Amino acid sequence: MSRWEVVIGLEIHAQLATQSKIFSGASTAYGAEPNTQACLVDLGYPGVLPVLNEEVVRMACKFGLAIGAEITPRSVFARKNYFYPDLPKGYQISQYELPIVANGELTIDSDDGERKRIGVTRAHLEEDAGKSVHEGFDQMSGIDLNRAGTPLLEIVSEPDLRSAKDAVAYMRKIHTLVRYLGICDGNMQEGSFRCDANVSVRPQGQDEFGTRAEIKNLNSFRFVERAINFEVERQVDLLEDGGEVVQETRLYDSARDETRSMRSKEEANDYRYFPDPDLLPVEIAEDYIEAVRQTLPELPDAKQARLQESLGVKAEDAAILTIQRELADFFEAAAEASSAPAQTVANWVLGELSGALNRDGLDISGSRVSAEALALLVDRIHDNTISGKIAKDVFEAMWAGEGSADEIIEARGLKQITDTGAIEAIVDKVIAANPGQADEYRAGKEKLIGFFVGQVMKETGGKANPGQVNQLLKKKLSG
Amino acid sequence: MSISDKPIYDQTMAELSKGLAAGDFSSVELTMALLDRIEEKDGALNAVLTVTRDEALAAAAAADAARASGDAGPLAGLPILHKDIFCTRGVRTSCGSKMLDNFIPPYDATVVERLAAAGAVMLGKTNMDEFAMGSSNETSFYGDVMNPWDLERSPGGSSGGSSASVAARFAPVATGTDTGGSIRQPAALTGTVGIKPTYGRVSRYGMIAFASSLDQAGVIARSVEDAALVLGAMAGFDERDSTSIDQPVPDYVAELDTPLDGVRVGIVRQHFDAGLDAGTGDQVRAALKTLEDRGATLVDVDLPNLDQSVPTYYVVAPAECSSNLSRFDGIRFGYRAENPEDLLDLYCRTRGEGFGAEVKRRILTGTYVLSAGYYDAYYLKAQQVRQLIADDFRKVFADVDVIAGPTAPTPAFKLGEKTDDPVTMYLNDIYTIGANLAGLPAMSVPCGFAEDLPVGLHLVAPHFAEGALMAVGHQYQLETDWHTRCSEDYR
Repeated sequence: MSRWEVVIGLEIHAQLATQSKIFSGASTAYGAEPNTQACLVDLGYPGVLPVLNEEVVRMACKFGLAIGAEITPRSVFARKNYFYPDLPKGYQISQYELPIVANGELTIDSDDGERKRIGVTRAHLEEDAGKSVHEGFDQMSGIDLNRAGTPLLEIVSEPDLRSAKDAVAYMRKIHTLVRYLGICDGNMQEGSFRCDANVSVRPQGQDEFGTRAEIKNLNSFRFVERAINFEVERQVDLLEDGGEVVQETRLYDSARDETRSMRSKEEANDYRYFPDPDLLPVEIAEDYIEAVRQTLPELPDAKQARLQESLGVKAEDAAILTIQRELADFFEAAAEASSAPAQTVANWVLGELSGALNRDGLDISGSRVSAEALALLVDRIHDNTISGKIAKDVFEAMWAGEGSADEIIEARGLKQITDTGAIEAIVDKVIAANPGQADEYRAGKEKLIGFFVGQVMKETGGKANPGQVNQLLKKKLSG
Repeated sequence: MSISDKPIYDQTMAELSKGLAAGDFSSVELTMALLDRIEEKDGALNAVLTVTRDEALAAAAAADAARASGDAGPLAGLPILHKDIFCTRGVRTSCGSKMLDNFIPPYDATVVERLAAAGAVMLGKTNMDEFAMGSSNETSFYGDVMNPWDLERSPGGSSGGSSASVAARFAPVATGTDTGGSIRQPAALTGTVGIKPTYGRVSRYGMIAFASSLDQAGVIARSVEDAALVLGAMAGFDERDSTSIDQPVPDYVAELDTPLDGVRVGIVRQHFDAGLDAGTGDQVRAALKTLEDRGATLVDVDLPNLDQSVPTYYVVAPAECSSNLSRFDGIRFGYRAENPEDLLDLYCRTRGEGFGAEVKRRILTGTYVLSAGYYDAYYLKAQQVRQLIADDFRKVFADVDVIAGPTAPTPAFKLGEKTDDPVTMYLNDIYTIGANLAGLPAMSVPCGFAEDLPVGLHLVAPHFAEGALMAVGHQYQLETDWHTRCSEDYR
């Protein structure tokens, strides 16, 4: 064990999935031509005023309830003042002293195999800034304000994380949660879900925290892990060489896999926060909170437990199935429609179906095979109509749009031969055709059973039940 | 005196409205007359920055047509000037600053929109202190405004262009904004009526912000009746301003007839102490006597934290302004410094060259009081004192219906007299600032002359009691004729 303990806190920015911006009616859709989705409010024109989009309040409440947090009865928007060309008003409207969500928590399956409680200090609402574009403008910079005013929920953890892997587990957990709640699309490429990591190290057993560095704008799970690991190593090397860590903001360069200093504490802005006089405090009544609570879906942890306990799905499979609510819903619908054990359905969802989705770059919502159709296929294995092997071909045909499992089985004549007499005849024929191998088997080379099964399956075009064939062969060969 | 005896420019909106209805003159004729008057007379005053002749004549013709077809709005064809702080679609809105000398808004402020919808005809935009920061109209990028009563004197500020215009009979009514007294003090200094309604009564949307928690739009007029007429059309909830209040707007004109019998008028003793000019004090005391004679009861009241109002204001207002004015950075609109070396140079020179001295002073003060380590001692403390001041008013209004006193400590002062000493200038708002800090409606009504210069009576009422406030002013005007007086040069 290293003599250094790593301490990490994450600030996750989740873009809320509203139709319009947090303080204006402009659209939040991604990818439009620059500056076509910025109205006068987003542009910070003289005289315009912000008006809060109520939807963001509802979404923040949902999140707060999902992590068992307090919903602040009276939260306040504040101005964070600094100058930057992509910040149109010269201040960002955020929440400072009174955030809408406070003191929540969630559990992660830690690196060391234990379940760990991670505190969520707060989650507050704020507006995103625009984007500066430094290429293609010849000595100038371009400004795209489409993103300006997009609603963000900034989720701040306690410094409870103790490794890069834990940080990723926590981030994944939040990622899953916000998508379950339908408050964020979780699209990391588009920047809808990103984080800053506060990283420090201290000698094992020391109570005080070490000096931290903040790594900005990490937009993939992989980068979070690599950036933290790099940073930890950098700080440990520094300290072991007798140096000191300075408090600063650092940037992760994924191409070179390193963090670089962006600005020191001395260069840090004094943001001069103060309550925004253009907006009233957000007052949330108890009955509103209760109404939102009624709209909460089953949360990932509860769903995972239920899949394990009530449906008998293996723990690892339940964990994977519940990462994405839509996948879990698909699985549950299929399991519900099928008379086979839920684990068999899970095998198919996580096996063939996930493979096909990956291959075609599709989301579960784009699956070419419905939950009910998959259930029918699994049932046909379960009721011995087809073998598992044949089922894979049927699945591919279903994926290609050739019809239902029954239609394909019928059209291709894939129905398993269950008539013992018919199989016996073929078994006899195969044994008779291979007298040498039959003798060897009888002399003790039992591995040859596979050869005989293969021959029978070949003769039947794969339609015989392999278990039945096996049984019959053993009986005949030893008889 | 019958209405028709008065020259058209000297008539109030109420009188003009009757003339239009009777067909004595058309809105186009009225508009033309006033536009010509502005052209002829404003050279000496510098009160109007932009005359919108073509737009005004088109609006007047439309109003005449609407009247002919019987669907005229309440202000159909009546002329108005807008302070150059209200955004007007397609018409330069400078806010008195070099920073916005080239700014043409793509939208109308709610105030502008509502008055246009009521049929009012905008004649142009009035001069003002830069970003409404000033009490003398000397901080305007476009130069001083002169007081029609004495061209060597200030018309007050920041709505000095509006007050001078109304006093000079360029228009019966002009809009203004009031953050610490910027409607009422200019009204007092020019012998006009100025009302600042309750904070939240009129939408701030499209009004270029100075100090958001204090700014409120209002009216400068010659009669309280006109103020009531126009305020009624401006006021009301606006979903584009979260601080506007969703409460029905009463019929202010109907409320004007409420008699003074039994009205309890609070008098604040501190308002009449050594800081008050003797001649001004005499006129205000005489006005109080008039109210008493008409049935009001005068009651002594105390506002113990009043002394703190100016220092409190000069922490809160600059703090908000330092943030509100950050958007003027040369990036998207307004002035931009030429040939910047880099981003910092662009910011520094744009703001250094685009803002005037008073605006810079307030941005610096505001930045300082919000800074880490100073916030608690200044901004937070000021907000606490603000609460105490608001509480003082609340207690007093348990006993009285209005508070009365002087609007400004002296009549109009000479241009240049106070420009070297900002604190002396700031003290001009000592009687008016409290109403802004507490969000209360307040007005100034002409109540006489001191050394041939107009004096204003200041009236403050509880939240949303604009109707009762204006009734007191109107009843006073029924008894007096100070508001009909006009400087000889502008008869």
